[in-house]
Amino acid sequence: MPHDVTDRNRTRTQVADLYFMEHRAKTLDVAAFLDRHDRAAGDEDFRVAQLRQAAAILTDGKPDRAKRILELMSDPTLEPIARAGSKGATGAYAPTTTERAKP
Amino acid sequence: MRYIDPHIHMVSRTTDDYRHMALAGCVAVTEPAFWAGFDRSSPQGFYDYFRQLTETEPRRAAAHGIKHFTWLCINPKEAEDPVFAREVIALIPDFLDKPNVLGIGEIGLNKNSCNELSILEDQIALADRHNQLILVHTPHLEDKLKGTRLIIDAIRRNTRIDPGRVLIDHVEEHTVRAVLDAGMWAGMTLYPDSKCTAQRAADIIEVYGNERIWINSAGDWGHSDPLAVPKAALEMRRRGHLEASIQNVTFDNPQKFLGQSPRFKIDE
Repeated sequence: MPHDVTDRNRTRTQVADLYFMEHRAKTLDVAAFLDRHDRAAGDEDFRVAQLRQAAAILTDGKPDRAKRILELMSDPTLEPIARAGSKGATGAYAPTTTERAKP
Repeated sequence: MRYIDPHIHMVSRTTDDYRHMALAGCVAVTEPAFWAGFDRSSPQGFYDYFRQLTETEPRRAAAHGIKHFTWLCINPKEAEDPVFAREVIALIPDFLDKPNVLGIGEIGLNKNSCNELSILEDQIALADRHNQLILVHTPHLEDKLKGTRLIIDAIRRNTRIDPGRVLIDHVEEHTVRAVLDAGMWAGMTLYPDSKCTAQRAADIIEVYGNERIWINSAGDWGHSDPLAVPKAALEMRRRGHLEASIQNVTFDNPQKFLGQSPRFKIDE
């Protein structure tokens, strides 16, 4: 079925009219979360470190931001791991906290 | 609006959920076998679960005018013990003739381990031997990209599998292209905290097209919303998508893919 809606037949103002207030609030939530994290004791959490990298992608002016942030936070290795030590996922990739890839 | 939720775990949902889904226009659900939130202690536990999926749950759904279909497998979260997993797989053929069984699913990977991959390959072979449709779970969060690649490669290694009879679920912006390019179907799961939101699902439809793609709630015992599909339809509607286009991803596409099984029949 052909597309009936594309990015070309809506204006940026229309997009902002629909979504600006919601994403203003979400942006403030992220800002407050980073403030809360930074006020706390201890070292930088690896997940938050990746979130800061993701924030840089938001403002780099290039397309496919969602795709690139997902890729940033993904395990870049290609081989299956030897054994699953847990069932869960953290949402960010760090070699020190993810099972090492099978040699 | 009539819609199909092609991936939802109704054994984890209440009767009120069935009622709300029926009021919202749901006419059919398909329920893949999945992890109960704890590891089952014996293959007999799966036998009982498969009976629930093929006998009990269709009756609960029918009480609300909803057709219930199911998929059978051992899920990847319980596939790390291959001896145990193969005992469960041996039970599945006895259920494949049940009238609401559409295929094998949701098979796939969780942490992308060697054992998970081996059990995935076994279940792809099971689907091949019994000419069943395949529904695939892709891993969560940081494991999804790698897992999706491994899964597509595993399916391609079995050259008898028609990619048009495989749906790869839980796609996001970084995996949808690879699935569609492989000739398979793509499912978008709408979750409050992970996977897709309704807005991103509508974005993906606008960017990647609405062929071979569906949306589902994957409602289960975790953070999820059994009304996610009609809410996504509402998101598309407020953007100006035509009703025919909304129906395409919420009804026509699921019907087309699932209709490859002779058992998938819903009242017109």
